[in-house]
Amino acid sequence: MIGQLRTHSLPLAALLALAAAPFLGFGDGFALSLLARAMILGMAAVSLSLLIGGAGLVSLGHAAMMGVGAYTVVAFDAAGVSEGVIVFPAAIAAAALFALVTGAVSLRTSGVHFIMITLAFGQMAFFTASSFSSLGGDDGYTLYARTEWLGARILDNRLTFHFLCLALLALVWLGCSRLLASRFGRVLRAAKENPQRVLAVGFQPYPYRLVAYTLAGAVSGLAGALLANASEFVSPALLSWTRSGELMFMVILGGVGSLSGAILGALAIVLLEEWLSHLLVYWRLVFGPLLVLSVLFLHGGLIGVIPRTRAALRLLPWTRRNANA
Amino acid sequence: MSMLLVQALNGLQFGVLLFLVAAGLSLVFGVMDLINLAHGVQYMLGAYVAATLGVWTGSFWLGALLALPVALLVGLALEWLVFRHLYRRDHLSQVLATFGVILTVEEATRALWGSAPQTVLEPTALTGGPLGGVEIVGGLLYPTYRLIIIGVGVVVPLLLWFLVERTRAGMLVRAGATHPAMVAALGVDIRRLFTVVFAFGAMLAGFAGALASPIFPVAPGMGDTVLILCFVVIVIGGVGSIRGAFIAALLVGLLDTIGRAMLPDALRLVLDPSAARQTGAALASMLVYIAMAGILFFRPAGLFPGARA
Repeated sequence: MIGQLRTHSLPLAALLALAAAPFLGFGDGFALSLLARAMILGMAAVSLSLLIGGAGLVSLGHAAMMGVGAYTVVAFDAAGVSEGVIVFPAAIAAAALFALVTGAVSLRTSGVHFIMITLAFGQMAFFTASSFSSLGGDDGYTLYARTEWLGARILDNRLTFHFLCLALLALVWLGCSRLLASRFGRVLRAAKENPQRVLAVGFQPYPYRLVAYTLAGAVSGLAGALLANASEFVSPALLSWTRSGELMFMVILGGVGSLSGAILGALAIVLLEEWLSHLLVYWRLVFGPLLVLSVLFLHGGLIGVIPRTRAALRLLPWTRRNANA
Repeated sequence: MSMLLVQALNGLQFGVLLFLVAAGLSLVFGVMDLINLAHGVQYMLGAYVAATLGVWTGSFWLGALLALPVALLVGLALEWLVFRHLYRRDHLSQVLATFGVILTVEEATRALWGSAPQTVLEPTALTGGPLGGVEIVGGLLYPTYRLIIIGVGVVVPLLLWFLVERTRAGMLVRAGATHPAMVAALGVDIRRLFTVVFAFGAMLAGFAGALASPIFPVAPGMGDTVLILCFVVIVIGGVGSIRGAFIAALLVGLLDTIGRAMLPDALRLVLDPSAARQTGAALASMLVYIAMAGILFFRPAGLFPGARA
């Protein structure tokens, strides 16, 4: 239990900070909507981390799942339905179905093929979303109102929305890590390390991977539905492949192989982007090189910073003398 | 009927452009196992440089010609700065680092040239007059420039085939793709070989961009669309196979172009006009990906599985 706390100290601190943020001077509308966006993208990043770190499936089309969720909300809104009891399950189901169908094809391949195919399917979703002229096409669609729950407009309160996102983020993290620790997750992780051996033991990796892919799609669908509510606006840019790349960056920056790292990565990137874009017009001139440098030099991601600094401290002459004594 | 012919020619020439980009991508992947998302950036830079130098020199052809060495140099610089450090890394790191390169270069393009599409000079005949068109069936004129691109699509693949299959450098490339350690042990500087292949691929993509500049809008992000279609081409054709890339590129080019032109009209036979336009447009943009899914369903390794799976 103590060990658990120690390895997850950084993400737990982040979640606590998020819970305290509204009462520490970050309670204005701007800060809350920024944090909500970070938490929602964090959910999608955790589900992507389940695929990349857990199952070894490097998907470059994850934004599409989020997009399917968001566009389901929009489609219901256009049809005059904004009841959460209908809309949210539908968004999750739609994204899961999309993941199931594209996953069934993509998972027949592996390695680079898988990266390219998920990217291609993501792009397919992007173009499809752009061609729905009844849902705004390229220009996007502005929601009339946030989703209601049994007729009550509880999502309109920014503070409620903040804590809802926080609770769901914690739940997604918990659920995904329970899943990876289960027997199901063991097969996934083993198939990532050595598919031949898994086959030899008598497991077919394919159905396990497909279920994981579908589940990750469902979580991203939830994130997409929340994101549509958070910004009250949905456009095809939500599905663009740069968004998928960003999600992947969140996972890597946080640290592959650790689900909670994805939360840190999401927070770091959303805040960094916001800060840089306020500072500079061409802020990607800084963001892009930072991305490249972090890939080249930051092995193990942010989550590895604490153990690494601890290891580095141990090498310092005065601490070493202590260790010997 | 003549409409279909025109669209088929347009599709062929789009396929040729796709092939020029995909060939470099496939070569780089086949030889050094590097998945390079930033390859589309080379295509974009080729178009920008050709457009700018064309306006400068007053001749489209001079601009396009000068774009080749520039694309080569940019390729060499990027290889030295970033890609060299990625050869031994996993695909995930490669995807992310090259994604970072895309963000940087596209933003730099926006900062230098602005977000608006660039003016491109019209390609002229060698005599200086307008290039005009060539009469195809029934008095229909088809632009000569577009036919020249199709001609490039005949010459470049033959040249590539000769380079890879019949020359010493090509032999080293093929050997390096399958047995890099052995080639290095025989005294070949494998790093230099990698650099050369990479720069060559970058130049091909830049060439494609220069050729495309009078036809497609020269704007930031133009490389992304092509890059993703090239991935489809490589997946359909089989990774590392130049022959597969060629056939798949033409297939994708034809399917995409004819689908976009014909589907909305074809659907009008069964749907009312506005619904036909919308579903037609949506279906047409999905067509290539559906075809890819279909082919993969039956042949997971693509039509022509290469040396490396």
